[in-house]
Amino acid sequence: MATSPLSFFIASVIAAGFGIAIAAAFCGISQGMGLKAAVEGIARNPESSGKVTVTMLIGLAMIESLCIYALVISLILIYAHPQAQAIAALLGH
Amino acid sequence: MEHPYLILVKLFEMVGLGEFARANVHVIYTWFVMLFLIGSGYLGTRNIKMIPGKAQNFFEAVISAIENFMVETAGEEGRWFFPIVGTVFIYIFVCNLLGLVPGFYPPTASLNTTASCAIVVFFITHYIGIKYHGTHYIKHFTGPVWWLIPIILPIEVIGHMARVLSLSFRLFGNMMGHELVVTILLTLAGLFLAPLPIMALGIFVAFVQAFIFFLLSVMYFAGSMEEAH
Repeated sequence: MATSPLSFFIASVIAAGFGIAIAAAFCGISQGMGLKAAVEGIARNPESSGKVTVTMLIGLAMIESLCIYALVISLILIYAHPQAQAIAALLGH
Repeated sequence: MEHPYLILVKLFEMVGLGEFARANVHVIYTWFVMLFLIGSGYLGTRNIKMIPGKAQNFFEAVISAIENFMVETAGEEGRWFFPIVGTVFIYIFVCNLLGLVPGFYPPTASLNTTASCAIVVFFITHYIGIKYHGTHYIKHFTGPVWWLIPIILPIEVIGHMARVLSLSFRLFGNMMGHELVVTILLTLAGLFLAPLPIMALGIFVAFVQAFIFFLLSVMYFAGSMEEAH
């Protein structure tokens, strides 16, 4: 059936959109919390700003990598779709 | 999602190897990075003097900075694996930066390159563990008490496999995401120089991702060298 891969593709694209949106939202909150703690630490003790900044950057990169995993899944759902050939045939390639 | 214009691919097309070049873009640009690093390393160490010239000074600064940071994190007995992690850091950093030059494709934007680096780190982690502990290395996977082994052992093994996944996907996702955003912005608003802020962020991301890969590798090596808890 020609419509079955299309409806599967529609569902995958909707899921990809929601997936990355939720991941980015929680990543934003978590990085904000980490940043808040780092800035408070620097405000208490300005001499430690070098070490605190390095630690904060490492922590931010770790948290961001979780969002990147969700981004990769969304990219797989949109572009490396399991039924990519059926979709391409449907779109007339 | 065809990459628009790649200089080395055009060079290969002139020689007649266009198909090979387009299918293996990341390999060709890895060769370019290898040539660049080996060439600059040779040029920097041609006449080593006590009072260094410019190139030798630059390389000494970079290498001593990386080595001091590594010894701070891993301890003095971890000095011997500095060549492998230093190479990984410099290679990934130059690969990431290559994506910011117009006409070049960063090799790390392909899962092949990043997975190969992650697998190398994985094997060296276990090689270090076996070399330092022999068969007692299995104690790293067994946890504190003997009757928890059926639960702890699979979790530890899966955790070790997840290290390879996380290392490769973190780097690949960052570089692929950067390339995608630049490509999309270019097709949307290229004449208004829209990708420029993203490329400025890209310099920062390139350094941070290479540094994170390096730091995690050093922590895994240090973790497999130390005594099991």
